[in-house]
Amino acid sequence: MNDISIKVPDQAIRPEEAALIKKFLEDTTLFLAPDPEIMNKHDLMERSEQEDISINKQNDAHTIAKIRDRLQSGCDEGYEMVEQMGAAPGAKWGDVITGVYSASGDLAIASAGGVLLFSALVHHPIKFIIKNWINEPTVGVRDGDGFIHNDSRYGNVHNTDQSMILPIFHEGNLICWVAATVHEGENGAIEPGGMPSMAESPSDEGLKMSPFKVVENYQIKRDLLTFLQNSVREPKLQYEDMKVKLYGCLRIKQRIEDVLKTDGPDALIATLRLTMENVRTEVKRRISEWPDMTVRTFIVQDSTLRENCIAKINCQLTKKGDRLIFDFRGSAPEFTNRPTNTVLAGLKGMLSQLVMCYIWPDLPRGQAAFAPIEVITDPFSIVNSSYNAPNSQSLMSIFTGFTAGQHAVAKFLYSCPEKYTKVHAPSFNMINTFIWGGVSQHGETLGNLCADLNGMGGGARVDMDGEPGLQPIFATMADIGEQELNEEDVPFLQLVSKKMTRDAIAPGKYRGGQGYTMIVATKDSEEWGFMTTAQGAKVPPLQGLFGGYACGTYPLSKVKGVDVYDVLLNEPGKFKHSIEEIMNDQSFDGATYTTHHMGMGFEISNRGELFMISQGAGAGYGDLLERDPALIVKDLEEELISHAVAERLYKVKIAPDTLIVDHQATRTLRDNERKDRLSRGIPYAEFIKSWNKPKPPAHLPFFGCWGDDTETLYMGTPDKTRHANESMPNYMRHPKDVRIEELENRLAAAGALMDEKR
Amino acid sequence: MKVLMTEYLRLDLDAEQWECRVCNHVIGTAHKGYKEGMLVYDRDPRDIHPPILAPEKYRYTFSPDPEWVRILEYYCANCGTQVETEYVPPGHPPLHDMQPDLPALRAQWASRPEVLEVSVGPAVIQRADDHKH
Ligand SMILES: [Zn+2]
Repeated sequence: MNDISIKVPDQAIRPEEAALIKKFLEDTTLFLAPDPEIMNKHDLMERSEQEDISINKQNDAHTIAKIRDRLQSGCDEGYEMVEQMGAAPGAKWGDVITGVYSASGDLAIASAGGVLLFSALVHHPIKFIIKNWINEPTVGVRDGDGFIHNDSRYGNVHNTDQSMILPIFHEGNLICWVAATVHEGENGAIEPGGMPSMAESPSDEGLKMSPFKVVENYQIKRDLLTFLQNSVREPKLQYEDMKVKLYGCLRIKQRIEDVLKTDGPDALIATLRLTMENVRTEVKRRISEWPDMTVRTFIVQDSTLRENCIAKINCQLTKKGDRLIFDFRGSAPEFTNRPTNTVLAGLKGMLSQLVMCYIWPDLPRGQAAFAPIEVITDPFSIVNSSYNAPNSQSLMSIFTGFTAGQHAVAKFLYSCPEKYTKVHAPSFNMINTFIWGGVSQHGETLGNLCADLNGMGGGARVDMDGEPGLQPIFATMADIGEQELNEEDVPFLQLVSKKMTRDAIAPGKYRGGQGYTMIVATKDSEEWGFMTTAQGAKVPPLQGLFGGYACGTYPLSKVKGVDVYDVLLNEPGKFKHSIEEIMNDQSFDGATYTTHHMGMGFEISNRGELFMISQGAGAGYGDLLERDPALIVKDLEEELISHAVAERLYKVKIAPDTLIVDHQATRTLRDNERKDRLSRGIPYAEFIKSWNKPKPPAHLPFFGCWGDDTETLYMGTPDKTRHANESMPNYMRHPKDVRIEELENRLAAAGALMDEKR
Repeated sequence: MKVLMTEYLRLDLDAEQWECRVCNHVIGTAHKGYKEGMLVYDRDPRDIHPPILAPEKYRYTFSPDPEWVRILEYYCANCGTQVETEYVPPGHPPLHDMQPDLPALRAQWASRPEVLEVSVGPAVIQRADDHKH
């Protein structure tokens, strides 16, 4: 945005004048906003002159591989340090990444574990530093400097993730960068924990750090640190984790210096560059092995976290030759005052996670794996939001965008003769966890979340069921921590934790991995509360694969007007270990029982009140009539499914007491079901005559394209649309205003408004 | 040349048609989506994702809202195999989900042997010294 194009007749401007104008504009730039030139590009930078020289001097494949391995283990070592020493729950459980970046800012090598999407994004702030701070006399980039960053508009998922970025010099020359990124949680936003769903503008989202220098001579600058500490709810965590990331980076720096000693700078520079170039070439080769085809899919977001609505993530994936093009045009327009938008770079980061974890996990991790892949979106889109749109809940669009990609990719991979992973139905994609905040039993102000967001159920695979829990789409080798240890720091208990939610299933020949129940209640604080930020309480956020089903839906349940700790003390028999029993039996006297969508704004909780949610299941694979009855018996034994539901859905006959399968009866039931399908199914041409509607139904608040016309985006009603290419405000009303109006209308209709003055 | 495109679909590149891998039924021309040769059923999502919380008491029950989403089930018209599902808002036109480029596929497979059994991909092998909980 600092490049202003000026229309002047060509002949009127001489080169020296052009240079003068450029200098004038540079000298008088009032604001270094996010730079579209940096932010729109995810491919590798051009090979630099220095890289060319170094590669000419050193290009022996064995030496390169050896150095790459050393740098890889250096990154992994830095990762371990951050994970072990980090104070943020996200750090402790693996929501971390470290990496080595080329002198031009491309990520060459990332740590093997952790959240790869972070590292596919940190190249943007590094390129911002290179472009703007190296030659800026008031800033500069020197040995011993460290830069901090969290504003997603300059390249990040959301501003709860903070990066520490260090330039690495050799004999006065900048030769590469190292960086560490952690999901820190607190950032001083309108709600605690760093991911406010109440944010209606970027100004509600807390601390927004464009890249700036916080470290000089390897020391954190105390004045800036104090300011940052005052800007968040967890001042001690802010300091501790800035130090941890700095020392993680310094360890990687040490490993780089070891390489410089043994092999010299050219070998290092050549390793970084060739690793990226080779991966990029290999990715193009592998893409060309896929079938030339276009695959279409969409995923539904069923809320903005403030109200239910349908926001569509539309995805058309085209492979042609060695090109792969993700086309997200037709997705919902950006919400002006809801935070579920993402910047384009965030979506790309998660798609690169798809590539590195679910398509080609054998490739060296870095920016190169996604570099040659193309992404198209509409402007002012929920997956490519503009500067003024809030995006603190960008995970909603990043993750549903990922799922659309994952679903589409499976349809390409199935027919490929050579596979690098198993064909995979979509994994669960929502962060069904409790975000929490307040004053702890130790008097400390805290704001963060339960690591159960890592407990997502995995999708079913071509020859096996999905993993139950612990297959977070955004992190490999993550953990959910020990609940008892968490409880030493926070004033609430998870009374039910990690118990699979029965019947919350995604059926198929192979079923999705199931999600588990979480029931929390505050115990030792008068000032403590929770929030939840997920979609999918009304419409599943997945699609099934090859005849398999998606997951169901996952609401929030609350029980108020009870102190469950008194119940446990006095009438322990009344407490049950499932949401199903607690909500359906209603056995606490005088309590109120309610259900809600999963976008609960921060809510103060009283001692012993229950907040209950479940993690979700990954999608199923294949026709459920082909499911091996022995696997159904296993599901029954593991209490993943109730007997009646299993028999009704899977068309099996299993003795309830012995769990012995009646194979003959099962065969008959399944044959009959296939016959039933033939009689109830309607030929396609006839079906669509009555099914297809030209517009979204009036009762659905629908956002995005409808059917094939991707140029018309609906905006909440069948009558309000926007052209895909144009910007138009998309304001949502406050849900309480909507509710008040509804109730006032009912009062008016009942004649009960009396003579209230208006 | 025939290519196994999904768990249940095969593409005959020469005859340019979709086939069912379970019963070998010819579904229809490959110039159109395979769905056009199938039977469709508009499934109430509550059938598949049963309510866990009592529907008479609660607004949200773990079952999808049938007024907001339906499941389209696509069956082979000959053998009744459920070839695909599609979760859609009511009235939303089905997607043309797989549109292969037939000449490109023919060229690609000209140099490949026909695959009769798909590879399932690499398994994660657990080593004896792996960390266990
Ligand atoms: Zn068939």
